Amino acid sequence: MIEKKIISKRFDKIDPYSIADYIATGGYKSLAKAMAGQRINILSEVEKSRLRGRGGAGFPVAIKMMALAKEAALVKYIVCNADEGEPGNFKDRAIMEKDPHSILEGMIITAYATRATKGYIYIRCEYDKPIEIMRHAVEEARKNHFLGQKIDKIDFDFDIEIRLGAGSYVCGEEFALLESIEGKTGRTRVKPPFPTSVGLFGKPTEINNVETFANIPVIIGMGGDEFAKIGTKSSTGTKLLSLSGNVNNKGVYEIPFGVPIKTVIDELGGGVPDSRALKMVQLGGACGPIIPRYLLDMIIDFDRFDEFESKTGSGAIIVMDDRCDIFDILLRNVTFFKHESCGKCAPCREGHNQLERLLRKFVDRKATITDLISIESLARVMHQTSLCGLGQTSPTSIISTLRYFRDDYIDRLESLEV
Amino acid sequence: MTLESMIQKYPASPEYLVEALRDYQMAKNDHSVTESEIVKIAKYFNVTESKVCSVVSFYSFLSEKPKGRYVIRICRDVPCFVNKSESILKTLETRLGIKPGETTPDGLFTLEYTGCLGQCDHAPAFRINDMTYVDLTPDKVKAILSEYREEKS
Amino acid sequence: MMVNLKINNIDVTVPENTTILDAAKAYNISIPTLCYYPDLRINSDCRICSVEIVGKKGLSTSCSTIVQEGMQVKTHTPRVINARKTITELLLANHDADCTACAKNMNCELQKLANVLGIDENRFERVLEVRPIDDHNPSLLRNPNRCIKCGRCIDVCRNIQGVNVLEPLNRGHEIIISPPFGKYLTDEFCTFCGQCSSVCPVGAIIEKDETAAVWNVLHDPQKHVIVQVAPAIRVSLGEELGQKAGTIVTGKLVSALKLLGFTKVFDTDFTADLTIIEEGNELIKRITTGGVLPMITSCCPGWINFAETYYPEILDHLSSCKSPQQMFGALAKTYYAQKENIDPATIFVVSIMPCTAKKYEAKRPEMGSTENNLDVDVVLTTREIGKMLRQMGVEFENLPETEFDEPFGKTTGAAAIFGTTGGVMEAALRTVYEIVNKKPLESLDFMEVRGMEGIKEASVNLGGKIVKVAVAHTLANAKKIAEQIKNNESPYAFIEVMCCPGGCIGGGGQSYGTTSKTRKDRLASLYTVDAAMPLRKSHENPDINKLYADFLGSPLAKLSHELLHTKYKAKHRHQ
Repeated sequence: MIEKKIISKRFDKIDPYSIADYIATGGYKSLAKAMAGQRINILSEVEKSRLRGRGGAGFPVAIKMMALAKEAALVKYIVCNADEGEPGNFKDRAIMEKDPHSILEGMIITAYATRATKGYIYIRCEYDKPIEIMRHAVEEARKNHFLGQKIDKIDFDFDIEIRLGAGSYVCGEEFALLESIEGKTGRTRVKPPFPTSVGLFGKPTEINNVETFANIPVIIGMGGDEFAKIGTKSSTGTKLLSLSGNVNNKGVYEIPFGVPIKTVIDELGGGVPDSRALKMVQLGGACGPIIPRYLLDMIIDFDRFDEFESKTGSGAIIVMDDRCDIFDILLRNVTFFKHESCGKCAPCREGHNQLERLLRKFVDRKATITDLISIESLARVMHQTSLCGLGQTSPTSIISTLRYFRDDYIDRLESLEV
Repeated sequence: MTLESMIQKYPASPEYLVEALRDYQMAKNDHSVTESEIVKIAKYFNVTESKVCSVVSFYSFLSEKPKGRYVIRICRDVPCFVNKSESILKTLETRLGIKPGETTPDGLFTLEYTGCLGQCDHAPAFRINDMTYVDLTPDKVKAILSEYREEKS
Repeated sequence: MMVNLKINNIDVTVPENTTILDAAKAYNISIPTLCYYPDLRINSDCRICSVEIVGKKGLSTSCSTIVQEGMQVKTHTPRVINARKTITELLLANHDADCTACAKNMNCELQKLANVLGIDENRFERVLEVRPIDDHNPSLLRNPNRCIKCGRCIDVCRNIQGVNVLEPLNRGHEIIISPPFGKYLTDEFCTFCGQCSSVCPVGAIIEKDETAAVWNVLHDPQKHVIVQVAPAIRVSLGEELGQKAGTIVTGKLVSALKLLGFTKVFDTDFTADLTIIEEGNELIKRITTGGVLPMITSCCPGWINFAETYYPEILDHLSSCKSPQQMFGALAKTYYAQKENIDPATIFVVSIMPCTAKKYEAKRPEMGSTENNLDVDVVLTTREIGKMLRQMGVEFENLPETEFDEPFGKTTGAAAIFGTTGGVMEAALRTVYEIVNKKPLESLDFMEVRGMEGIKEASVNLGGKIVKVAVAHTLANAKKIAEQIKNNESPYAFIEVMCCPGGCIGGGGQSYGTTSKTRKDRLASLYTVDAAMPLRKSHENPDINKLYADFLGSPLAKLSHELLHTKYKAKHRHQ
């Protein structure tokens, strides 16, 4: 078995509407353990675990947590980013639908460790079922005194509010998300300052992905050192994968870091349907690299993904068979980002419009060598100069295909003359 | 439900502007908000009308333009695309006689694109108002549309 | 604390918290910028000022990145230059770049940037979606096809002025910067302060150009064309014509306007003195008869528009005095017409103002003292008169000094300082103090009301009673004052409000590139003008006294009331 279920251990085994089920399966034990000890111990366990953010960028969680803990402000926030909108990602939906309290428990432990005073869960409004389940879970947690005032009868007040988006992918970017919670358009802010010093409503704020929070009770439960033994040197623990595309068994799978992508596709995904050949795989989502078959031995690991300079580590694996045309795929991606760009910074606002036009020329076999040079240059400039993660990562699929599928571009040129 | 009773469910603080707008529009048959409603909303949440307009025009689920009774939002991203979402779109276009961005003459359906719905393990998918439909096939789409048409008549 | 770093391998030492942009500037390294504007918030939206920081992935914007010890910055590597060029090409591909048909030609920051970067072709397809031009108000013209979404107008309107008319609508490449509901810019929301036009880097928001009308009328033998010049112009026109900020050019500007062909060149300072007499008496009357207090000045049309639109409940607090511009217009077509025996219908009054809202004010239907005839026919901004003088080829610096014409030429130092924040207050206090206390002031300089602080306060002894006064500039500060009054919490008897930063010296019609530094230079010069005047109190202006004796009667009397006072009306849109 290549799966290792520690985050998904309760999936389909408990009733997500039942806090009793959660408690009966060891739930909220980590919270009790955390609150029985010193706050600093929680920070040190997380540090020892070497947990990295599960949203995709893989930022060390302990650094954010300690930064928040150090802030002297009386009001501090914890925000759970449940605005899962990256095409090809649905693992946060699975956690919310199948084990909602694990997220709450992670948030409460984080709040206790950092002395945060309030938590927000920002869920995209398209996620009707997760919204319903999370709302119910918060209610139940309140009734059971895991949320509210004097949690566990000690001097610790913490409550969670669920806030919903209104249809905007870029609100998954941390500052855009905070702006949206504040009731504004989801346009990012200039950084620094980072959210841990000036975040939601101007207060210190730690923002983590759903899966990241779900890891916290696990780490406190087994201890940071034990957790760090799972996975690889650079990427500890497990990863929930969203497997989709041309694959027989689409779905969410949990594996320890270090498993090769090929193994996931073949053994968990059951390979490509209709006896077709696998042509390429996009990692991380629309903002991730597209890699060819010969790279599928690559293991799932943050450091290994570093070279793509994108949010590759979210765990999305989109499999495409040999009927897929690279330029159709690239055009879909760019159209998506063009539609979702907030329009604040120039390279992203204007760049996607031009990328789309250039790609359409490749789709229509009307491209010239100048177009090839332009698309490459533009993709790199957008990657280097855009203000937020959207414009910085959206060109990744183009940059990676220019590297691995360059011949496909050349084949599409109308002529080879300049 | 009146505008007043709807927005007053929310504290009169600018932070609830986005959610109140979305809630209100979901409840309205034409899924949109008018100028006079924006004036009232701006006043209640103590923000300028410019801010409200900016927010309404920013989020996909908010609109100043009236839409059909049922808004169909179809995903066109890669995981759905490689699972034949084009055939779903074609079926919708043929059955409804409209293209994305348009509303049927009877005001019943509006067809739009949406960003990924996070249902890639059950692609292709679309939403009709606040219901998500997955594992779609052309036949399934035809049946769904008939259901909505019947519900209306 | 000082920070050491290297920029382009040069050792640089600057105070901590300095941006890379400023650090480079201090060492004569010029990093191009586009959305950046001194005094406005750093958006870092255009990304033009991107630089390389050794060891950092991607590029960093120098306007928003603070220097760090040991940092190594490269400002002009091929990668950086290519990025700047690419972004500029992207902007140009979505811009109405018909430069020679643009009012901002040679004054456009995008054009300059393209030139500095050496852009001679554009790799990108033209993607401009042409939208209608907005000319639905008398002050400002919006051309959305030239907008590059830099965000400066939004910031100045939202944060400096607190009006927030302009916001981005839509997202991504579909963004437009627009009044609410995608409407045209009208008095439904806008005050026409014109600060947006003053900071716009391109020709997307400009003042409505009326120079053609003035050229035509100057050569119409049927017209008697006269001009009035606002207090702030004498310290800003020189700058518009290439001189140092704050250069005092009073005499030359009279000569220049004569060269253009104006029959008479008058000074709005004269009616500023008159305003002080009328407004001062109004204040004394309100204080002594239990009238509505605090009384607020009404010289600034941007402020009047703001109050009528957003604070209709405080309109009773506004002085009923017309602005000096409109008092001048009314007198020109009555007193002056009679005196010179000219048919008022043939008199054409041009104003030179640092202001775009004055264009709107002149077009108010109630501003006509004679039949079917507005008192002020055309208002030109500093920028427009500068343009006419350039078109005429006037060698401004070599012109002789000429005096303003009679009967609206003799003025006082009190009137000169009308052009800065605190100036109207100081001028009023000089007069009101002496009228009420019946003794001369020991010092004419009311230092508490001078300077750039947003809201200034002072106390004066009027007839044994200590009266508190306040001075506010920018509409964001005016809003605070208005809120206090609305909530019955205002401790003041008299308030001066000017809507632009620094008052008229920072007006929306002033030269491009106005910053807090140039505003300070202009402000200092106005106080220099004041100090050098033989008369510094409005009530000592002999020609004002003559005007009352020969024509008006007395302050606030019937004719004064008819010609020099006005009424305000609430715009109920926002009630």
